[in-house]
Amino acid sequence: MARGMVIIGAGECGGRAALALRELGYDGAVTLVGDEPHLPYERPPLSKDAMVSEAPEIKAIASDAILAEKSIRHIHSVQAVAIDRAAHAVRLSDGSVLPYDKLLLATGSTPRKLPMPGLGPRCVYLRTFTDALAIRAHLTAGNRIAVIGGGFIGLELAAAARKLGAAVTVIEAQPRILMRGVPAEIAEIIHEAHVAEGVKILCGDGIASIADDGKEVRVTLAGGQEISADLAVVGIGAVPVTGLAAEAGLTIDNGIAVDAELRSSDPDIFAAGDCCSFPLAVYGGRRVRLEAWRNAQEQGALAARNMLGAGEAHAAVPWFWSDQYGLSLQIAGLSDEGRSIVRRDLDDGAFILFHLAEDGRLVAASGIGPGNAVARDIRLAEMLIGKWAKPAPEALGSQAVKLKSLLAA
Amino acid sequence: MSDWVEACAAGDIDEEDVMRFDHGGRTFAIYRSPDDEFFATDGLCTHEKVHLADGLVMDDIIECPKHNGRFNYKTGAARGAPVCVNLKTYPVKVDAGKVLIQIG
Ligand SMILES: Cc1cc2nc3c(=O)[nH]c(=O)nc-3n(C[C@H](O)[C@H](O)[C@H](O)COP(=O)(O)OP(=O)(O)OC[C@H]3O[C@@H](n4cnc5c(N)ncnc54)[C@H](O)[C@@H]3O)c2cc1C
Ligand code: FES
Repeated sequence: MARGMVIIGAGECGGRAALALRELGYDGAVTLVGDEPHLPYERPPLSKDAMVSEAPEIKAIASDAILAEKSIRHIHSVQAVAIDRAAHAVRLSDGSVLPYDKLLLATGSTPRKLPMPGLGPRCVYLRTFTDALAIRAHLTAGNRIAVIGGGFIGLELAAAARKLGAAVTVIEAQPRILMRGVPAEIAEIIHEAHVAEGVKILCGDGIASIADDGKEVRVTLAGGQEISADLAVVGIGAVPVTGLAAEAGLTIDNGIAVDAELRSSDPDIFAAGDCCSFPLAVYGGRRVRLEAWRNAQEQGALAARNMLGAGEAHAAVPWFWSDQYGLSLQIAGLSDEGRSIVRRDLDDGAFILFHLAEDGRLVAASGIGPGNAVARDIRLAEMLIGKWAKPAPEALGSQAVKLKSLLAA
Repeated sequence: MSDWVEACAAGDIDEEDVMRFDHGGRTFAIYRSPDDEFFATDGLCTHEKVHLADGLVMDDIIECPKHNGRFNYKTGAARGAPVCVNLKTYPVKVDAGKVLIQIG
């Protein structure tokens, strides 16, 4: 009997996978289960434009009408609580049981919790639209916002809060912001932009204690400095949501471990997006877990193809972007693969850092500039990375040499 | 009834490239295909209203600079997530080295 395809997690990845199954012509049952009350939606706006607008709106990946038209059954506000692998069925929190032919786990990631006592209602995390709405209510002129963690989400939120006139302090225990994955030269540009906009950034001092009396948060740093705020937003990274998979006995390794085809240790269960770790072919199969929007999208589509038997290996190059004030940052590849850097200056103060491996292979490119100044060259760099190209450093460094010409070579 | 508007000189755009053209408070994107034909679409991506002219042209595809959404610029068809709404296209002709577009 045909049971159909079941997808757990109605986020970016799960939503895209459901749509992709239909685009591929699959005509069996497609069921998308999510524990949030919303349609599948895009998270990136939650720390960007949606935060600044008067009444934030959800940016849905598919409307109810589209889901209905494509016969995708979306079960919302319900959690998947157990997988019976032998019976090929998932049990939901409302007591119902969904049989599957193939199962996709797209459970995403969740904010890493600050491991200390003292956090209360004025200490919050940002992951969902509901979180974003609650935070938005505090982003008013003069309100004091402490951002704990100088990563992307915290910094984007800091920029949004400044736009709304809040007084913002960013607290980062590391010696600089964006330590993970962003070259110092680019982090510095972002740091300066925040300072110019009036954000106070405190780096290199860990948090000793937090006191939250429900009206105010007091953060005390190891060096003794005290920061008082009306709201503290904690953004210290994310952890993969793997409980369901682990309890079902699937292999976990910094996320649900999947092979190049996104198949878990059970051949009928796939995992994709923020929740999985997978072998990254462009770096010879190095196992990674990405927390990136385009990856969630691409892996959702790839999982759909492979659930239908395509047997296609993941081949994409990681890609990420962030917007803060008028600046846009884009990164293709993983810069920690590089050993040396070549800089290419573009117009309007924009620039790109090309990261080269020891043998001269281009392994990553990080760019920053106003608007979309770096977009085209980062995209071309991404293609060069995918081709394992070894472009001449002089060519990469010279704005006069078009990257497109290197691609043809 | 709509007018032909001069957008640029044919030589202003490289083959397999795109240029922004603003006219009457609207913004367009003018393309030159690898086989040396000209095309025009609305200038802004249907996902988040970003100027497509900052994007990359590959064969008959324009890729949005912001999140890599794809359109066929010859037909305006949306060709890949996250874009799902097609782009409007406009007739183009080349006359005496000038690229003209008919904006309705
Ligand atoms: C504020 C913010 C800003 C971001 N900005 C950017 C950016 O600028 N650029 C970029 O590249 N990336 C960005 N990202 C990251 C990007 O949004 C994620 O990589 C992407 O959402 C991952 O998609 P996913 O489907 O794997 O996981 P998610 O989008 O997290 O979706 C997983 C869903 O599964 C649900 N779920 C989990 N377990 C269960 C269960 N047992 N039963 C039912 N449902 C379950 C979760 O509640 C969630 O709704 C941002 C993320 C956030 C939070
Ligand atoms: S703005 Fe064009 S793809 Fe998002």
